[in-house]
Amino acid sequence: MNLNQNILEKTEKVASKKLMLEIKDLKKSFGNNYVLNGFNLELYEGENLVIMGKSGSGKSVMIKCLVGLMEPDSGSIKVMGKDITILNRMDLDELRTEIGFLFQGSALYDSMTVKENLEFPLRRHKHKFGHITDTTQLVIEALQSVGLADTIDLMPAELSGGMQRRVALARTLILKPRIILYDEPTSGLDPITAKEIIELMRHIQGQYKTSSLIITHDVDCARVVSERMILLIDGVNYAEGTFAELKASKDEKIKAFFK
Amino acid sequence: MLKLIQIKSFFIEIGELTYFGKRFFKELFNKPLELKELLRQCYNIGNKSLLLVGVTGFIIGLVITLQTRPTLEEFGAESWMPSMVSISIVREIGPVIIALTCAGRIASGIGAELGSMRVTEQIDAMEVSGTNPFKYLVVTRILAATLMLPILVILGDAIALYGSYIIENIKGEVSFQLYFNKVFNALEFGDIIPATIKTYFFGFAIGLVGCFKGYYCDKGTVGVGLAANSAVVFSSMLLFIIDFIAVFVTDIFFEI
Ligand SMILES: Nc1ncnc2c1ncn2[C@@H]1O[C@H](COP(=O)(O)OP(=O)(O)OP(=O)(O)O)[C@@H](O)[C@H]1O
Ligand SMILES: [Mg+2]
Repeated sequence: MNLNQNILEKTEKVASKKLMLEIKDLKKSFGNNYVLNGFNLELYEGENLVIMGKSGSGKSVMIKCLVGLMEPDSGSIKVMGKDITILNRMDLDELRTEIGFLFQGSALYDSMTVKENLEFPLRRHKHKFGHITDTTQLVIEALQSVGLADTIDLMPAELSGGMQRRVALARTLILKPRIILYDEPTSGLDPITAKEIIELMRHIQGQYKTSSLIITHDVDCARVVSERMILLIDGVNYAEGTFAELKASKDEKIKAFFK
Repeated sequence: MLKLIQIKSFFIEIGELTYFGKRFFKELFNKPLELKELLRQCYNIGNKSLLLVGVTGFIIGLVITLQTRPTLEEFGAESWMPSMVSISIVREIGPVIIALTCAGRIASGIGAELGSMRVTEQIDAMEVSGTNPFKYLVVTRILAATLMLPILVILGDAIALYGSYIIENIKGEVSFQLYFNKVFNALEFGDIIPATIKTYFFGFAIGLVGCFKGYYCDKGTVGVGLAANSAVVFSSMLLFIIDFIAVFVTDIFFEI
């Protein structure tokens, strides 16, 4: 009861802010595998929202629907007020410049150098920065903000996993997006490197003033970065609240996450 | 029962491949043209296969000449060697064998490359960053394979003929000039043009199947291996089917 009251107050408090992402009743299945069964989400400007869920619960599917990489079966997805399921290709591409996507496995192009990797998003979207001809400055700037300016001419294979993740983060930052989607930013990294990435995420949040949606099953990561959390269980948002609220919950399914 | 399912899935695959091919033509002239990437792929394909094609071609030339020479000698028809060898190489053996070796090299390479890009979400990353991955990765590769294969085949044919000449020169003491005079007297446009047109289709098939298998690769490293493997098998099979159709059509128009 108390929990619900809290959430209500919280929602009222943030309702005055601008809505960046809105998912309503999202459903997605693969054959007989019903992954999402009516998922809802709201992300407000400047907010850090963490989504937690077990492996295979459909977190990546949800985030891919959000940028139009997958088509949902039903439900509406609005990014900054625009319904992405009905946008044409050009408008969708334009909207995607406002969204940074950090992929679960970094997804650096392994046939290109770090510099070419970072320049890749600029191929289509240079006009966002007026008439710049030399993109090197932008690349260096983005690399500096993740602390890896000296790797500019290396190939991704020459970087460690943590460095790759940071370069990937620099690549999502290069278009100066207003929303960043992190798909398990700390997965596959050792605890110390994971901490560095978390620190970096907070730093970027401050520097670029972005709203972030962070998917994770790393409790440490959730505790540090989250302002609000959603637990994704059985394809729906099972519970919602701050880290402390959820941690104090008596529900067995919720407790399982914090063991 | 198992056979029936296999046959069914084969036809489903053909259907999907046709759809993939249709998408290629639809996006072929869409802007941006990605010319730089196209040139890079052409260079890659040519450079990767050059040595292989050279060695294969040379050995084909040597072997065919060595194998057929005794039979022709029996009839006292050694002087027919150049024309016989050149026609069989230019019309059929050159294109098919070189296309097959290229299928092994190019289709598997493309299949594995695109497959691992799919599995590691690089293709998704491209899509999100505003570049159409079908245009950037698939269209350029298919086009590059289509444009490069004829060149590789012509090169392979030439090297094969040179190999054949070496044997003739050793065994029959035929001079370079005499040998190639005979070759060019024997060859007609009816031999060269259909054979060259055929190789464009071979190249297209190799690029198409390689891209198709890689682009729709299953998750996991097993998927990548499978994509590369089935790209070779499927494209080789397709080459024979195209070859049969090509010979059939040529037969009607040129009345061999
Ligand atoms: N392209 C696809 N085709 C078929 N099934 C899929 C596809 N993508 C995901 N799935 C299925 O959807 C379910 C959720 O997958 P998803 O990748 O979203 O999990 P996740 O929550 O991101 O897990 P993890 O934490 O391991 O990344 C899985 O059961 C998976 O098998
Ligand atoms: Mg995932």
